[in-house]
Amino acid sequence: MKRQIPALASLVVVAAVLVILPFILSDYNISLVAQVGIFFIGVLGLNILTGYTGQISIGHGAFMAIGGYTTAVMSRDHHTNFVVTMLLAFAICFVVGLLVGLPALRLSGVYLALVTFALAVSVPLLPLKWSKFLGGTGGVASYNPPSHLWVYTAAWACSAILLVLAWLILRGRVGRAFRAVRDSEIAAVASGVELPVYKTLAFGISAAYAGVAGSLFVLAANGFAQPTEFGVFLSLQLLVGAAVAGLGSLWGILAGAAFVGLLPTVSSSVPVIGSAHGRNVVFGVAVILVMLVLPDGFAGLLARIRRLARA
Amino acid sequence: MVSAATSRLEGLRGGAIDAGTATVVLFLLGAAIFLLVGCLQSTAFAQFTIQGLAVGSVYGSLALALVLIYRATHVINFAQGELALLTTYIAWELMQHGLSYWEAFAATLAIAFALGTALQVTVIRPVQHRSVIAVVIVTVGLFILIDGIVDWIWGSTFKFMDSPFGTASFDVGGVQIQHLYVGMLVVVFVSVLLVWALFRFTKLGLGMRAAALRPSAAALVGVRVESMLAIGWGLAAVLGAVAGLMAEPSQLFLTPSLMQPILVYAFAAAVLGGLESPAGALIGGLLIGVTLTLIAGYQPHIGSFRITPELQTPLAFAVILLILLVKPSGLFGRREVRRV
Repeated sequence: MKRQIPALASLVVVAAVLVILPFILSDYNISLVAQVGIFFIGVLGLNILTGYTGQISIGHGAFMAIGGYTTAVMSRDHHTNFVVTMLLAFAICFVVGLLVGLPALRLSGVYLALVTFALAVSVPLLPLKWSKFLGGTGGVASYNPPSHLWVYTAAWACSAILLVLAWLILRGRVGRAFRAVRDSEIAAVASGVELPVYKTLAFGISAAYAGVAGSLFVLAANGFAQPTEFGVFLSLQLLVGAAVAGLGSLWGILAGAAFVGLLPTVSSSVPVIGSAHGRNVVFGVAVILVMLVLPDGFAGLLARIRRLARA
Repeated sequence: MVSAATSRLEGLRGGAIDAGTATVVLFLLGAAIFLLVGCLQSTAFAQFTIQGLAVGSVYGSLALALVLIYRATHVINFAQGELALLTTYIAWELMQHGLSYWEAFAATLAIAFALGTALQVTVIRPVQHRSVIAVVIVTVGLFILIDGIVDWIWGSTFKFMDSPFGTASFDVGGVQIQHLYVGMLVVVFVSVLLVWALFRFTKLGLGMRAAALRPSAAALVGVRVESMLAIGWGLAAVLGAVAGLMAEPSQLFLTPSLMQPILVYAFAAAVLGGLESPAGALIGGLLIGVTLTLIAGYQPHIGSFRITPELQTPLAFAVILLILLVKPSGLFGRREVRRV
């Protein structure tokens, strides 16, 4: 119990800072921190899949798109409450995630990466085909979009709830089964872990998380769901966030989310390469450097510091 | 590739044809007959087929680049398409400085080789022995970086390159065959043949094959495995550059998003051929190219549901998924045997 104290204390500090921030930040900065909260949910979801179960996905932007369009379409057609649309996005993406997880059962490693990459490129093209229902290139506008503060509150409230949920799932029987699958599928099966159940379940849960993130992502963009916003780049951002956070640990997720949520925006104001054009250069270089210098991401760095402190 | 073919031939001589090989041969034969009959029946069909073969050769070339790297290190280079894009922009820039098309072409291939080799040495080698996920993330980082560089230097406005083959066309029995398509096919096949010859007939190629097949055994007999992998990345970048340069005239202009759908088609081609098989990648590319072009040309429909061009990439996704579920080893790959 004594060892848990610093961990709990850091959680309380982060929570307190997040409560105070809206009172001191400008409206624009509130939207930036809300963005971090949205990526927190997405990266958390992807970490459950890639970090704990060892299945690579470069396609979680596709689930974010599904969640985002669920919110926008429901709001446009039925003026549904946004909290209800988020729950719907969670449920729909959970089911779609299970469906994608079924073929993923037979695929592993690079094959799964390949399939999910193709999924990420394909899904944003669907609104162009069904343009009447899904708005085509113009996108779908939600009815009466919420303020930045509303999105901020919703994003961090969801982050807290989903973090606790993830912790509850991962600490028990299910989490052990996930890790067993990651470390060796054959050994897991030999110890009685039902591979199909746990692999698809991991896909469903992580897709549901991405769905909620997508829903908030649309609300943060003034309620507009547009195909260009959900391109491959979004999926890449999520994977990079999970890697920077550290796969297979929940401690670094805030750092991973801040990295992908803030870096592209912040680097636009870097003097030398300035402008929006240079931002992917900074992002790309940063990703490669982090992978070379911090193999286990931010969580690995924390663990190393803790070990040093104890020694 | 060659040894696989000879062993298959020996199998045929011995009278032992396994069911899998027979199905593949029948499938390819059926496809060829379908295309031949179609071409004889309708000139439009023939034109679509030739266009499909030409763009298919581009997919095949990029797929071959992916397969070269996959064979050596069992990793997919997600930045392969963006690398091809970068080299195509370099070719455009060289032409702005007064080089003729073919001078720029040759210079670009040399630059691509240097670039591919340098990337392997600087960013891939340090993470290579860590895990598949680590290498995939580094290639994803490269994807973002190269995308950023292209956008930063050249911006997102369309760039135009004159087609090296002009806009004229041959007339074969009423079928108009554009010089461009013939040129694309010739260029891709010549470059693939050269790469194949390098692997087959030179000592360097032998070393590269050895390094890919049995790295530790190759190292024991004095092959510099790490250098071979770097050269492999260079060659893959060269094939990618050929794909990019040939893709540009068929798409009419150069934009930063030129290679994204093409990369997905190349994935589909590589998976269809079997990720291990170079010949499979090329044939897969041609099959995907012809299929997608025919579908885009005729827009078949099921009931009121019409397959329009927006659905081309989702269709390629469906193809990838279907093959991996039905026959994960593809048309020419061998089934993977995993050791516990």
